[in-house]
Amino acid sequence: MSVISYRQALHDALREEMLRDEDVFLIGEEIGLFEGSYKITAGMLEEFGPRRVRDTPIAEEGFTGAAIGAAMVGLRPVVEIMTINFSLLALDQIVNHAAKIYGMFGGQARVPMVIRTPGGGGQQLGATHSQNIELYYAFVPGMKVVAPSTPADAKALMLAAIRDDDPVLVLENLALYNTTGEVPDNVQPAEIGRAKIARPGTDITVVSYSRMATVAVQAAERLAAEGIDVEVIDLMSLRPLDRDTIIESVKKTSCAVILEDDWLTYGIGAEIAATISDGAFDWLDAPVRRVAMAEVPMPYAKSLELAALPSLDDAVNAIRETLDAVARRR
Amino acid sequence: MIDILMPRLSDTMTEGAIAAWLKKPGDTVAPGDVLVEIETDKAVMEQEAYEAGILMEILVEAGENVAIGTPIARLDDGSSEAPAPVPAPADAPVSAPVDPETVEAVELEPVEAPTVVAAAPSKSRPERRAATPLVRKIAKERGIDLATVAGSGPGGRIVRADLDVLPAPQATSPIAVPAPASPTGTDMREPEAVPFDAIRHAVASRLTESGTTVPTFTATASANVGALLALRAQINEANTDTGVKVSVNDLLVRAVAVALRAHPGVNASYSEEGRGQTLVHRRVHVGIAVASPAGLVVPVVRDADRTAVSAISTITKELVSKASERKLSADDMADGTFTISNLGMYGIEHFTAIINPPQGAILAVGAARDDLTLVEGEVVVAKRMRYTLTADHRIIDGALAAQFLATLTELIENPLRIVA
Repeated sequence: MSVISYRQALHDALREEMLRDEDVFLIGEEIGLFEGSYKITAGMLEEFGPRRVRDTPIAEEGFTGAAIGAAMVGLRPVVEIMTINFSLLALDQIVNHAAKIYGMFGGQARVPMVIRTPGGGGQQLGATHSQNIELYYAFVPGMKVVAPSTPADAKALMLAAIRDDDPVLVLENLALYNTTGEVPDNVQPAEIGRAKIARPGTDITVVSYSRMATVAVQAAERLAAEGIDVEVIDLMSLRPLDRDTIIESVKKTSCAVILEDDWLTYGIGAEIAATISDGAFDWLDAPVRRVAMAEVPMPYAKSLELAALPSLDDAVNAIRETLDAVARRR
Repeated sequence: MIDILMPRLSDTMTEGAIAAWLKKPGDTVAPGDVLVEIETDKAVMEQEAYEAGILMEILVEAGENVAIGTPIARLDDGSSEAPAPVPAPADAPVSAPVDPETVEAVELEPVEAPTVVAAAPSKSRPERRAATPLVRKIAKERGIDLATVAGSGPGGRIVRADLDVLPAPQATSPIAVPAPASPTGTDMREPEAVPFDAIRHAVASRLTESGTTVPTFTATASANVGALLALRAQINEANTDTGVKVSVNDLLVRAVAVALRAHPGVNASYSEEGRGQTLVHRRVHVGIAVASPAGLVVPVVRDADRTAVSAISTITKELVSKASERKLSADDMADGTFTISNLGMYGIEHFTAIINPPQGAILAVGAARDDLTLVEGEVVVAKRMRYTLTADHRIIDGALAAQFLATLTELIENPLRIVA
């Protein structure tokens, strides 16, 4: 057991898999000589050489397509897309090729590819570089999308993604790279499609993922001081979605709040709310509440950016108001 | 158009009566304006408007009693989809409040065709009760008629907590209309029915609950109050300049609080949690039963064990005067951990009281009377006061009650320890 950063956990997972399996290789912009914009691939070029650590031109569609081809013939590419915003340039490759080749060609080829990419705002990078658009990929059958919130989960999910035979998008988060946490010495790959109960509780269910899952845990800790017992579910995987864990929790608590960094309208939270309505309707004692980003392109000014992002206070207020609605708060 | 609902103004409130409307149909209403005075089981409280608009219709007239969540008036906030009956200008108030019955009659009479005449909204509305899916499921399982349940959620929505407070599935619902006990020619007793007001209703239902569900026992003790009366006279003499006059009851409140502090097990409530538990309260809030014009009320002296007798006296006087003006707030009566009921002023020697739930015990105090006592073989006259503890035997045993009473007797007979 050691305490390391989210960044280090991702690095360790990549390096372990590179050592374990010669078919694993890294490809992306600035990942070699520059060691990655966020230094996840630090030291990789030196250790594994340019054949397995491939710097590319600024051409997301091209290098993503190349990785798909490599995966089809048996390699296990790990593509770094500098931020999820730039994945839009490779949208056709991901949605129309990576996600569909296995099904469209009768199972003749699989695409065991990983796309690593960070989402998230809060860094004053402006509207085009601060988005949370994982929904675009979680929407597509044939894709898998995982979204760790802790260093231990980041490592376990990255190991699982690389060993998975389907295309997996690993959603990292700019605001989480420097966060630290305990990581066991011998991390096993996570089961993709299984949510985690980050904190068990009985009064209310809070469902979240990625950065907002860490906010959910903070909110639960703050409310615990008032005697409110919050259950926090960290989805870990957006597709496949672990609907059973969500439904079982709401059957226990009878009310739920969803925290998400993306936009409210049509967002991930809408799918969670529908899941609760489908599976736990008769147990609901209050409407499902969602807390999400303001419906604007992310502002640049720090004050406005903070105002647009969902905060810890927003989360705590939504939980309190929902508990008020079921008259269960003292 | 916004429906204004009967609000939930206290934890135990299930219904409220309109004491008086301060706005009438046609009046312009701003947020914060006092719309209506509502009489709850505890007090008469003012209810403010949350939205701006014009008060269109009063659905529940003064004097009527309805469940919380029931629409009591309609406010036109500009979002009106319904035709506004009388959009009276603000400076030309309607001469008399519009009686909804009259309006209906006028509108309906000319329309004699058997067309689908929409029922008056005020009639059909209470039928559709907002309830959560969980509530509907439980109601179906337990056979609860949701029309009889008061909703405490937003907009009067019925939530699970509202079902949890229902006594039993077949019990009379809180808003069930009592059968009119109208005097008939055959009843030779010639009764005159006096309908319960909200406070009488609360007293009746809570004491029925206490009297039928709590296993109690009583224990009586007495004390020589000579020293207590002397101390009281001394305090009042010393305070002639400030005019503060403490009563025997003030000293008693403080003595009981100190005795409760010494025996926290009596300052406790029964709870059903788990397989049952005793909630031992860390703070001592003593309720005082007061016969007010509005009925029996129990205002609370908070932290009585940490409050000086003169302060208890001032607080009690304030509470009693508020009670006599029906101005006690729900807060004034909340959080009591023990109650004292004193009928000494009526010359009652001894009586027992019923526990004020969810408290664990109540003390019934009689009058101080001359008593012949043997002191070292000599017959002497002394003033004695008798008091009887009624205790919830689920959490308080006889020995504990006896120890508490012994401490109280010692305090009363050595009253300096009450004020020290």
